[in-house]
Amino acid sequence: MPARRTPFGAAGGGPRKGAALRRAWAGPLAAAAIIAAVPAQAAAAPDPAHGKQIYDRCLACHAVAHDRVGPRHCGLKGRQAGSMPGFEYSDAMRATGFTWNRQTLDRFLTDPLGVVPGTTMTYDGIKDARERRDLVAYLLSLPPCGGR
Amino acid sequence: MTDTQPDFQAPDLPAEDNGLILPRRSFLRGAGTLTLSAAAVAMLAGCESAAAGSSASAADVSILNTALGAELEAIAAYQVGAESGLLRKPVLDLAVQFQGHHKEHADLLAKTVRSLGGRPVDAKKTYDFPVDQLKSQNDVLGFAAGLEKGAVSAYLGAVPLFQNRDLAKAAASILGDEAMHWAVLRNALGQNPVPVAFVS
Ligand code: HEC
Repeated sequence: MPARRTPFGAAGGGPRKGAALRRAWAGPLAAAAIIAAVPAQAAAAPDPAHGKQIYDRCLACHAVAHDRVGPRHCGLKGRQAGSMPGFEYSDAMRATGFTWNRQTLDRFLTDPLGVVPGTTMTYDGIKDARERRDLVAYLLSLPPCGGR
Repeated sequence: MTDTQPDFQAPDLPAEDNGLILPRRSFLRGAGTLTLSAAAVAMLAGCESAAAGSSASAADVSILNTALGAELEAIAAYQVGAESGLLRKPVLDLAVQFQGHHKEHADLLAKTVRSLGGRPVDAKKTYDFPVDQLKSQNDVLGFAAGLEKGAVSAYLGAVPLFQNRDLAKAAASILGDEAMHWAVLRNALGQNPVPVAFVS
């Protein structure tokens, strides 16, 4: 189960406090700590199933298989930013030169308007690194777009 | 937001009743047109002063227009739901009422875009809704609940972006309305209406 986060904890002291706690455990009880910390660890493998839950936040504007306010997300892996035929992108998105992969998605989703000023994806972004990592894993797992 | 908590069981109700626990008449009474339009007027007044003081930017217009696009889709989605023949009263009344709210949101957003010198986006000619997956009242309610949940997240992601604080306030006001829709739809589905303390 994902750790519960508050709007304050995610941006403020919460994660750091967690890190300090983990450091404190790192000495004599290292072995026990590793076992205990595994489920909540940010360093664990990305969890696309959790990413799918985070993707609920995108569902006002996106769908996997068809364009809505935002473009469809099928076949995102390796796609050029702003290249889905028939979708009206901003000039800003077309001009990024991004190819969507783990790094570019992570950057964009951290702060869409900061990274692509002028984008019409007017969304503040996913600030929590673990949520973003899992979301990106989910996005990269989406199947290619079917015929249409 | 992640629904990590198990949904609690709705109190035992006839299967067809869909767990609408609120007294039926309260739906349409509480939200009188007067109250809503007064609030809308107040918000718009804020927006107009924003236009005059011009602390709103082209970026703010872009946020409003993206939100408008999503509202227009929600109006069309509720239309599909209402015309599906799958909704029975009082759920049908609820859907019509919620659609009315989305129309009010869209009107306000479009007016504000115009007052800021922008051109409001139009509704699309067609929308791709998962109509083949809507076979029961609960399917329609679940579909609507998903859209409302997404709308809450979208407005939450828009509020901090506005340069003009009156516009941020207006967006937060809409966010609150969408969150109420989401909760009532969950309730109607027999799910925990408010599963978390923070929306995300
Ligand atoms: C308020 C509506 C809205 C929300 C919410 C939203 N997006 Fe977007 N998204 C857009 C729009 C509009 C575009 C097109 C942007 C442009 O052309 O500048 C876009 C573009 C994108 C792209 C680029 C796709 C391509 O074809 O190049 C990605 C990736 C993306 N969004 C991911 C997400 C994810 C993940 C979320 C949820 C965390 C999300 N979006 C939430 C509206 C939204």
